[in-house]
Amino acid sequence: MLADSDRIFTNLYGERDWGIEGAMARGDWRDTADLLALGPDRLIDIVKASGLRGRGGAGFPTGVKWGFMPKEPRPDRPSYLVINADESEPGTCKDREIIRHDPHKLLEGALLAGYAMRARACYIYIRGEFVREAERLEAAVRQAYDRGFLGAKACGTGYAYDVFVHRGAGAYICGEETALIESLEGKKGQPRLKPPFPAGVGLYGCPTTVNNVESIAVIPTIVRRGAEWFAGIGRPNNTGTKLFCISGHVERPCTVEEAMGISFRELVETHCGGIRGGWDNLLAVIPGGSSVPLVPAHEIIDAPMDFDGLRELKSGLGTAAVIVMDRSTDIVKAIARISYFYKHESCGQCTPCREGTGWMWRVMNRLVTGDAEPHEIDLLLDVAGQVEGHTICALGDAAAWPIQGLIRHFRPEIEARIARRRGFVQVPDTVPPLAAAAE
Amino acid sequence: MPSAGGFSGFRWTEANALRAAEIIGRYPPGRQQSAIMPLLWLAQYQMLEQTGSAWLPLPVIEYVADQLQMPRMRALEVATFYTMYNLKPVGRFHVQVCGTTPCMLRGAEDIMAACRAFGLKTGEVTHNGLFTLSEVECLGACVNAPMVQVNDDFYEDLTPETMTAILEAFARGETPRPGPQVGRQFSAPLGGPTTLRELA
Repeated sequence: MLADSDRIFTNLYGERDWGIEGAMARGDWRDTADLLALGPDRLIDIVKASGLRGRGGAGFPTGVKWGFMPKEPRPDRPSYLVINADESEPGTCKDREIIRHDPHKLLEGALLAGYAMRARACYIYIRGEFVREAERLEAAVRQAYDRGFLGAKACGTGYAYDVFVHRGAGAYICGEETALIESLEGKKGQPRLKPPFPAGVGLYGCPTTVNNVESIAVIPTIVRRGAEWFAGIGRPNNTGTKLFCISGHVERPCTVEEAMGISFRELVETHCGGIRGGWDNLLAVIPGGSSVPLVPAHEIIDAPMDFDGLRELKSGLGTAAVIVMDRSTDIVKAIARISYFYKHESCGQCTPCREGTGWMWRVMNRLVTGDAEPHEIDLLLDVAGQVEGHTICALGDAAAWPIQGLIRHFRPEIEARIARRRGFVQVPDTVPPLAAAAE
Repeated sequence: MPSAGGFSGFRWTEANALRAAEIIGRYPPGRQQSAIMPLLWLAQYQMLEQTGSAWLPLPVIEYVADQLQMPRMRALEVATFYTMYNLKPVGRFHVQVCGTTPCMLRGAEDIMAACRAFGLKTGEVTHNGLFTLSEVECLGACVNAPMVQVNDDFYEDLTPETMTAILEAFARGETPRPGPQVGRQFSAPLGGPTTLRELA
């Protein structure tokens, strides 16, 4: 288990003062001017050396991303940092804890990151449903301005830097960085084609970097304690600590900060009191938010929970939103509900996604009851493959992957439902005892 | 398409006019269209205050568009794209049940059934004007599932019994305490945190 002394989010559960006094007592905003004095290039080097990979799902190295920003922004084209607090990936509820219980870590990180990428201002785009969290964040911003940590002379330096909070209004797609930028410009949140990438042409056509809340909030601690400290936690290429949100059929669901690469078993045993009904009752896990394919019990139990470990299982760490399903779960229905989610959230811009998500959901619904022809399983796989990779943004992929994962691991279960529905009372031999027991 | 519904006389209250000006100032000159979302929010809150229903009739959307000097059609696109702008009246308490998989696994369907048993109907305002029920997509409180949002607050770790008690409290004119309904510290495990104990 990660030592408490290595935890970044020391007020994760809101047991202490979220405000600036409490935050400063926990070490935030301490000698921030000295950290700024390291200079932008040194700050980027530290973040690169820490091995920090973006915490919003894609896992792109954060320091490398910052390096794409222009070193000498033109006055008529100021650079922007945009923080993605549109946390909407089903299963994910980590940024909410940072925003409501440790908002000053985010704001200090916003200043350091903004300085490193030579940004003029920062917009924090928070999902519309997080009303109380947005209020808390705006209060924290006011506190930081009142202390002179943000504003015309941030932390007493000559650096002018503003932070604004912008509320969304209920659209999952705005978590996609270019849709977020469109939304911030006052338009429908429909993703842009890339290239040009935001670092070249982003918000208002200016250079922009979009980072996840957690990626930014860990920056001050990384800079204070050193890249080596962060890089020493976890495994190579999968470094640092990570907030895991464990939901579903564990005894005690929770959000917890742990070392990257912790095994699924240790994570659940240590912090969640185990699987509901015991480890033999585990059916499958969606390890990184609803977009990633599920992993069956026997494959995930001792797997390391990090980017590379879960990629080896043909899934992904995503946002580290671990959705646990025991044997009481109707696994087809659980994935069909995810298909409904993507149908609901498709922005409608690209035909394969707009039409495909609805089509896939309707077929998935019939597979739940077995009201389908056996060949439709392959047809569904074929259509999922045609949606995947053929849309402007990754929502099409995210809609296809859970279905592909389901068929990869639970095809006999789907076939058995169709057979039963069609009047074959005898369950085919191919059905494993597990699936038969679930009936 | 939102209806007009006799709201063509919509104007900001004095306080909201100041707030609207402050909001527009957050964005660079010439980029005031960025303020469309926060101003639609402000308008929807003002509607709740003035009429008891948080929604956006067409003339209100047009009023905001005109203030930002943007085409009314562009403002309407925004109002229709985002699900949290209500284009028809809702009850004073908008009960939004999260139905996505993490909540479904923990009993969201039973929570929905409890709401229906209390007389709430999806997309309809109850006859006393108090409640509207919606099934919504993941609200981002998955470790506290199942949960609902009522107006601006989250009610978490629900059972059909606690859900019913919350609705009864709203109906009596009380505001039940938001957050976990099981005596739990936010997203910490039930029974107490497994980490950071010596700092507590």
